[in-house]
Amino acid sequence: MDLAIALALQVIYGIANLVLVSLGLAIIFGMMRVINLAHGEFIMLGGYTVVVSTNHGVNLWFAMFILAPVVVGLIGVIVERVLIRFLYGRMVDTLLATWGLSLLFIGLITTIFGAQTATTISAPLGPVPIGDYTTSGYELFLIFIAIVLSVLVYIGLKFTKLGLVARGTMQAADMASALGVSTSKVYAITFGLGAAVSGFAGALLAPITGVLPTIGATYIAKAFITVISGGAAILAGTTSASVLLGGINGIVSFGIGPTMGEVALLVVAIILLRLMPRGITGRFFRKSS
Amino acid sequence: MIRSREVRWSLVAGAIGIIFLFAAPQVFELFAIINLTTVLALAILALSLGLVWGYGGILCFGQTTFFGLGAYAYTIAAINIGETTGPIFIAIFVAAAFAAILGYFIFYGRVSDVYLAVITLTVTLIFYSLLRRTSGPEYKIGNALLGGFNGVTSPPLNVPGDPSNILFPEHVFYVAMAALILAYFFCVWLTRTHFGRVMVAIRENELRAELLGYDIRLYKLALFAIGGGIAGMAGVLFANGIGRVTPDIFNLYNTALTIIWVIVGGRGTLIGPILGAIALFYLISGLGTQATVNNNLVLGIVLIVFVLLVPRGIVPGVIGIWDRTQARSKLLRKEKRLRRRRTTRQPEPEAANDG
Amino acid sequence: MKLDRRRFLQTTSATAAVLAAPGIIGRAIAADTIKMVGILDQSGGLDIYGKPMVDATVLAVEEINAAGGLLGKQIDLKMYDPQSTIQFYTQYATQAAAGDKADVVHAGITSASREAIRPTFDRFKTLYFYNTLYEGGVCDRNTFCTGSTPAQTVEKLVPYAMKKWGKKVYIVAADYNYGQITADWVEKYVRDNGGESVATEFFPLDVTNFGPTIKKIQAAKPDLVMSALVGGAHVSFYRQYAASGMNSSIPIASTTFGVGNEHILISAEEGNGMIAAYSYFEEIDTPANKAFVARFKAKYGADAPYLNELAARSYEAVYLWAEGVKKAGTVERMAVIEALETPVSYDGPSGKLEIEPKTHHAVQNVYLAELQNQKFNILETYAQQQPADTLLVCDLKANPNQAKFYFENGLEAAGIK
Repeated sequence: MDLAIALALQVIYGIANLVLVSLGLAIIFGMMRVINLAHGEFIMLGGYTVVVSTNHGVNLWFAMFILAPVVVGLIGVIVERVLIRFLYGRMVDTLLATWGLSLLFIGLITTIFGAQTATTISAPLGPVPIGDYTTSGYELFLIFIAIVLSVLVYIGLKFTKLGLVARGTMQAADMASALGVSTSKVYAITFGLGAAVSGFAGALLAPITGVLPTIGATYIAKAFITVISGGAAILAGTTSASVLLGGINGIVSFGIGPTMGEVALLVVAIILLRLMPRGITGRFFRKSS
Repeated sequence: MIRSREVRWSLVAGAIGIIFLFAAPQVFELFAIINLTTVLALAILALSLGLVWGYGGILCFGQTTFFGLGAYAYTIAAINIGETTGPIFIAIFVAAAFAAILGYFIFYGRVSDVYLAVITLTVTLIFYSLLRRTSGPEYKIGNALLGGFNGVTSPPLNVPGDPSNILFPEHVFYVAMAALILAYFFCVWLTRTHFGRVMVAIRENELRAELLGYDIRLYKLALFAIGGGIAGMAGVLFANGIGRVTPDIFNLYNTALTIIWVIVGGRGTLIGPILGAIALFYLISGLGTQATVNNNLVLGIVLIVFVLLVPRGIVPGVIGIWDRTQARSKLLRKEKRLRRRRTTRQPEPEAANDG
Repeated sequence: MKLDRRRFLQTTSATAAVLAAPGIIGRAIAADTIKMVGILDQSGGLDIYGKPMVDATVLAVEEINAAGGLLGKQIDLKMYDPQSTIQFYTQYATQAAAGDKADVVHAGITSASREAIRPTFDRFKTLYFYNTLYEGGVCDRNTFCTGSTPAQTVEKLVPYAMKKWGKKVYIVAADYNYGQITADWVEKYVRDNGGESVATEFFPLDVTNFGPTIKKIQAAKPDLVMSALVGGAHVSFYRQYAASGMNSSIPIASTTFGVGNEHILISAEEGNGMIAAYSYFEEIDTPANKAFVARFKAKYGADAPYLNELAARSYEAVYLWAEGVKKAGTVERMAVIEALETPVSYDGPSGKLEIEPKTHHAVQNVYLAELQNQKFNILETYAQQQPADTLLVCDLKANPNQAKFYFENGLEAAGIK
């Protein structure tokens, strides 16, 4: 019984992890149709912000919750203004541009900090006993954060003025512009927001993963597959795809082994897209966002 | 007019290719020739994606699947059979057949756009994950052990019908260069047939093509399988260039790089992806010989500047500049003529020129 | 098939010799330098291993040159960065052997990269040094593998850890050749020492979520965990293990931890108490090593990367090769190989390092250390360990004409169990 609870929590954590890692990409892709191959590097930059600032004595929570989203969000805004805004409507060219961007970030961080940077932080909150088993309190905390973050993004898009304006701009930029909306500002803010969410995810993962300049590559494929499998609706899509893919991955990893867990995730994604050629939300939640 | 220009250009490209085929071994050192075989294999891979994506509008994010399958199929077949001519065809067949099966799965399920990209990417990553773990003695096909992450040594090509007569590296280069030229002209021919024009129609507007009565699923499937076969052939040459096949072929970096070649070279052309692959190969390999600046940093900046300055890729960019200068010189000549006429006749009011 | 391949190699090398002839003449006239090439990853995911190796190689060559060079000539070192791709390894190897006509090449980090380039050096008759710790089993007269192998390190680590913590062992390893073969060795040594390996689990190199496995370890209740995890993503294992409080109840010993400087990527409290065994640690307390570390830091700054076995061995291997050249009095390949086989030895930062002539591996000191506050405290020293694993399958004295990697398909395939 204890094992069942511990395992169930583990599977839920796997799902939360996937949500965290994918959400920033979902915002940028879902809203702007920009395939951001530098997504993994936004996560890495979030992690680096935490590692470097805590090495200089900054409080861990401040670094994770304030510093990392702000720093990576600002980087996102700059990237949008300098590069991405020239590429709207050219989805394919954004592939090349963001690939270049991803290499640039890796190169920049390696040049500044070297191939690896020593860290002083470890996961806060300590272990939590579940009968004979222990689980990481920090992982439970991350499950909570993933839920809160999803709800915030949902509210932000659905019920705020900014969300309304942003959705309007994405659907019909010329109309929004005719109504007096500064579309370029909306684009910059949306991209910055996506970057900030990715940076936040990277910051949250920093105490429980290795933070290296090249670590982004381990996240990008999974995030990409999750977001696209989810389909057009950003939040419903990404969360439902995370539940399905993360759940399968966790169960198979425990039952057979981690490699088959990874393969199972990939196979399920293929079958899913064959059955629902527009992603999960293309079939079930046509109207939601 | 435009068609004849296309033909002219492709003939020029072919002529340059043939000159290069015979001249390169005289001019370059042996190591450069050996490495060229690899470059040419990559160029053919780029060509195959240029065909599938540029002419069929199929954004295949896993063209390396067929490339890798070709390389593995060739290697495994050659080890088992003991000669290499048959395995070349086996490799092309395996790659094309797998592309056909995958294509049936995709196109008859009406998957397209980024969803198709993700399916093809995912298939590549599955091969990557599975092949990496095949290091034990139990993973063998016939006599060929798969070798896991370390891969398998590929037997070098031999003279057809004479397995003991193995080709020298220069000869493998001839084969690779000839394969590139043949593949290029095959693609040029294909895009100029009725089939090719229907493909372009489908790329431009799927619905309209379908309403005109074309079975777009079948057309896409056929193009996808042809592209897969060409990629498989590229895989055979790659296995010869490297001398080994490893699961690395299937990783995310390589499959994304294939897309990058086509974008850099220019979509909608066939020579573009070839040039894109060659240019990026030598750029990246050149960067690897220096250690003053981080490679990724330089490459990243180059790509970003490129996408801003040459938005449509090398070949369309060059053609655009060519056309503009041509048009400008034509215009200048016309203006000169007009001016001459004007000065000899009555001066007209300036406003008439603004139009 | 075998015969064809050999014939191919002979014919190609014959052509290579003919084609290389003008180069040889050219070199005879202008042979005022000795050409050395290094091929090591300085970017891409493997740069955590490659960069310190490059730095150490450069330092060794500069020192030799500053001391007057070799045989009165300066060493001209050229470095290539294959950017963590196999394809560029073969490309630069061909360039080094057939283009640069290098007298020696020091190259390769993963076994995959070594196996991709080793045939090239055999074909072009270019002397080859591989300086990474690996699973053992390469038997090639043209190749010298100076890194430690499982019979030298794992054979000491397993009994020490079992004696200290208990006999039930849980093995976690990277899911590719190195991890699988090393797991085989660990299982063998656990068995040999009367223990039991309760489970062995393999992870793809890009897994970052180790939760399900940590629960499995909790369920299995082993006395210790043996890890052969590799690369940046796998660092996550140690962190998540500590986050669920496991590091205080079930200790970890590792065959790989620290080689990619993992011990600075996790915090002090996460890593304290882990043990590892290599043939070099930066903390070795000898005058020779202290001087080496000081020279390294002087050149690359106080925040230069931690010196691990890969870096130190890259440095020592250059000197080892130089000893061979001095003894041979020439850089001619066969003469140097024969000189190295006499055998040649070098007293470096890790202690005495000597070529084992039957296998072309190295007889070396092995150190067992415990991690405390991101530093390794050396607990045990085992002097002059033989490469006993490779010796089981390889004898280049009896049969010099072989170029085989015996452990390519695991230990069982090599007849060891």
